[in-house]
Amino acid sequence: MSPTFLLLALVTLSVFGYYFGRSRASALVSGNLQNLHSRPNYYGIYTALWCAVPAILISIVWLSFQPGITEGLVISALPETMKALSPDRLGLLVNDIHNLADGNIVSRNADPAMIAAAEQLNNFRAIGNSALFVVALVAAIVGGLYARTRLSPTLRARNQVEQAIKIFLMACSLIAIVTTIGIVLSLVFESVRFFAKVSIVEFLFGTEWSPQTALRADQVGASGAFGAIPLIAGTLLITVIAMVIAVPIGLFSAIYLSEYAGARVRGYIKPLLEILAGIPTVVYGFFAALTVAPYIRDLGASLGLNVASESALAAGLVMGIMIVPFISSLSDDVINAVPQSLRDGSYALGATQSETIKKVILPAALPGIFAACLLAVSRAIGETMIVVMAAGLAANLTANPFEAVTTVTVQIVTLLVGDQEFDSAKTLAAFALGLLLFCITLTMNVIALHVVRKYREQYD
Amino acid sequence: MTDMSQSESVSGQSKSVADAERTRKVKKRYAAERRFKFYGLLAIALALGALTWLVVSITAQGYTAFVQTKVELNVYFDPQVIDPDGNRDAKILSKANYAALYRKAIRQQFVDVKSRRDRRDLARLVSSGADLELRRMVLSDPSVIGKRVKVWLTASDEVDQFHKGAFTRDLPEAQRQFKDKHIGWYDELVKNGQIEAKFNTTLFTSGTSREPELAGIWGAIVGSFWTMMVTLLISFPIGVSTAVYLQEFAPKNRWTDLIEVNINNLAAVPSIVFGLLGLAVFLNFFGLPRSAPLVGGLVLALMTLPTIIIATRAALSAVPPSIREAALGVGASKQQMVMHHVLPLALPGIMTGTIIGMAQALGETAPLLMIGMVAFIVDIPGGPMSASTVLPVQIFLWSDLPERAFVERTSAAILVLLAFLIVMNFIAVLLRKRFERRW
Repeated sequence: MSPTFLLLALVTLSVFGYYFGRSRASALVSGNLQNLHSRPNYYGIYTALWCAVPAILISIVWLSFQPGITEGLVISALPETMKALSPDRLGLLVNDIHNLADGNIVSRNADPAMIAAAEQLNNFRAIGNSALFVVALVAAIVGGLYARTRLSPTLRARNQVEQAIKIFLMACSLIAIVTTIGIVLSLVFESVRFFAKVSIVEFLFGTEWSPQTALRADQVGASGAFGAIPLIAGTLLITVIAMVIAVPIGLFSAIYLSEYAGARVRGYIKPLLEILAGIPTVVYGFFAALTVAPYIRDLGASLGLNVASESALAAGLVMGIMIVPFISSLSDDVINAVPQSLRDGSYALGATQSETIKKVILPAALPGIFAACLLAVSRAIGETMIVVMAAGLAANLTANPFEAVTTVTVQIVTLLVGDQEFDSAKTLAAFALGLLLFCITLTMNVIALHVVRKYREQYD
Repeated sequence: MTDMSQSESVSGQSKSVADAERTRKVKKRYAAERRFKFYGLLAIALALGALTWLVVSITAQGYTAFVQTKVELNVYFDPQVIDPDGNRDAKILSKANYAALYRKAIRQQFVDVKSRRDRRDLARLVSSGADLELRRMVLSDPSVIGKRVKVWLTASDEVDQFHKGAFTRDLPEAQRQFKDKHIGWYDELVKNGQIEAKFNTTLFTSGTSREPELAGIWGAIVGSFWTMMVTLLISFPIGVSTAVYLQEFAPKNRWTDLIEVNINNLAAVPSIVFGLLGLAVFLNFFGLPRSAPLVGGLVLALMTLPTIIIATRAALSAVPPSIREAALGVGASKQQMVMHHVLPLALPGIMTGTIIGMAQALGETAPLLMIGMVAFIVDIPGGPMSASTVLPVQIFLWSDLPERAFVERTSAAILVLLAFLIVMNFIAVLLRKRFERRW
């Protein structure tokens, strides 16, 4: 009795309920549909909803409690010696039992008690699933029968169905809020655990980043240092390089496209620029690591400069290219939003086009352009794949673009990819870095959105 | 009068000076104008130049991966090796030592290669996966046993790269693993017409592998497919419902304002933070399996939601009020008006937004690294719960590998990914052009 089968059965029942409700409704008024309060379809949907919704709710509640209850039962049936284990060891044991029950490879030799427990677990699961199947089906049938007793020509089926749909729509719109709460809670929760091991002052102001934690207590040089300053400095260095590339190119292309180019040229060039925005970042990363970085290194060598093969310059350059369409399309919007009357006024005074742009349009569009740049900076700070593939891994506090630096996002990835022990300071540090990243980008976005909103009101 | 004429000539003189001054200034202003316009053109040229550089360099690196060098060997399907008992039992057939067959075949061709080491190197001209190809042949047609058949086998990556010209014999021997003796054998095979580049079907039919010549992207494509299915099934209904609620039904109050601000902020949250959310909530809290397309799809769905919501709201607000009023006028309820009239009319815009959101999700890598989709998975995933990887993550994994042949395959995988994205965006543009109405 797998969940898929249950779902299939419920769908079948609901479809049946729909047709039943519809035909029952028209039978009640012996075909004179104008005597019904709602169209017959609504009576069908009404019945189908009564079939499906209670059964689905019961199943969800059941499925979220079942694992905990079966696990408790299995643990209580274990021999006393095993029950006496510390909670951590017991957790591992339960994991092994789960693996045994699923038929996976286990980390240690299974003793008879564990095999028995695994069989028992499988047993409980089978019983639970069958019981759920029966309960859900009964709920669906009872729901359908209840709906049948309610069906009458005066039943306000449409209003009730619409109410149900409205509740569903409302619930969907809450998911955005739930996601944000989930992000904040998961980051804060893990960060708090991290700050219990490493002080928050050391994290925010320390200048040393080497997140190795000791495997043994007496190990040399593995105390682990979690100072985020070098990471933030590296992130800023790459971001600055990216913005130095992206702002002039993006802004000037936006100006050219909106003020000089004809409709035809614009129609061709704008989509071409937007291709840059559609290229996945992993492709940019590959391009940066395998094409741009060696090119810059060779160029630097021919000029007598010592450029690291994972230089900040390569990552920043490619990130700048990635951000160009972002800045150009946002600036394009704000430049187009400047009213034509301002331009006409400037031309009437004898200003050339470039003078109009420099002295009238850009000042008028400045808040919007500022917001666009802020959003672009927040994107550059949060960008991951380009820096993971093209920037360095070692923390390095430097302002030299030819050296390798690492960033916040690179460290999050390297700390979390691969085998991990979830409670170590090393893994938790990734969440603290994530919280830092989230706070920085959120602040920038809020400021940018605020500026955009305020600016929009001026000309509307 | 004389005074006047004098002053006139003076003023005339100063006028011509002023004129010259003015022309100079106007010229200067026009020069500034031209310069400014040139900067604009230069910026566009730089951006498009970067795009061209990227596309050309990846295509140039990648197009060779669509063919694979093959070696033709005269293989004797020795019954002693494959099926000593002669009862054609499939279990015994599949366990036989097929590597011995092609090794023997190649040794028979180069009889003068004597030393143990050289003979081993000789066998390495053929891919280590060639035994699987022979096994497949025997299992599909056991009648070849006992015959001598000319078979095209996959060459090793070094032969492949040399044949494609990725490096030449001018390169000092110390800098290549493909030594001069290999080149000698290779030359002889070429002379006999036993080496040929054929269409690389492995790339499109198999999962990843440690050996570049056996590695394919089909596993990653299937993983991407399952992930995208989960993403679409979750984000499309929820996104459209949210947008319909906010745009059509929600009262304007602080609560809905909060939801709106929230959605705008979610759109700008770095993708890696969604990965952290997936790790903390879906894996550690709910205990869903690592590396599963289900979890990847959930995370990407949360990421895609804002895109779909914003696009849907724009499409809904583009439907003119006259349609709404007409529907309400003939007695439709507000929901009937939205569901029967507004939503169908907004559908092309919604579809366009959804496809663009899905294209973004298809290219997304960073959050999937957090939830363990970086594992080395050879099998083709069978469903949304089986461990798998996705195309961009496969690209990331391959880009780390040192073999020259993997660079080529990574670029080819990128070309395939870009082809998918181009097709999706093309469909989106087409939908917009074909169905979008302007009122």
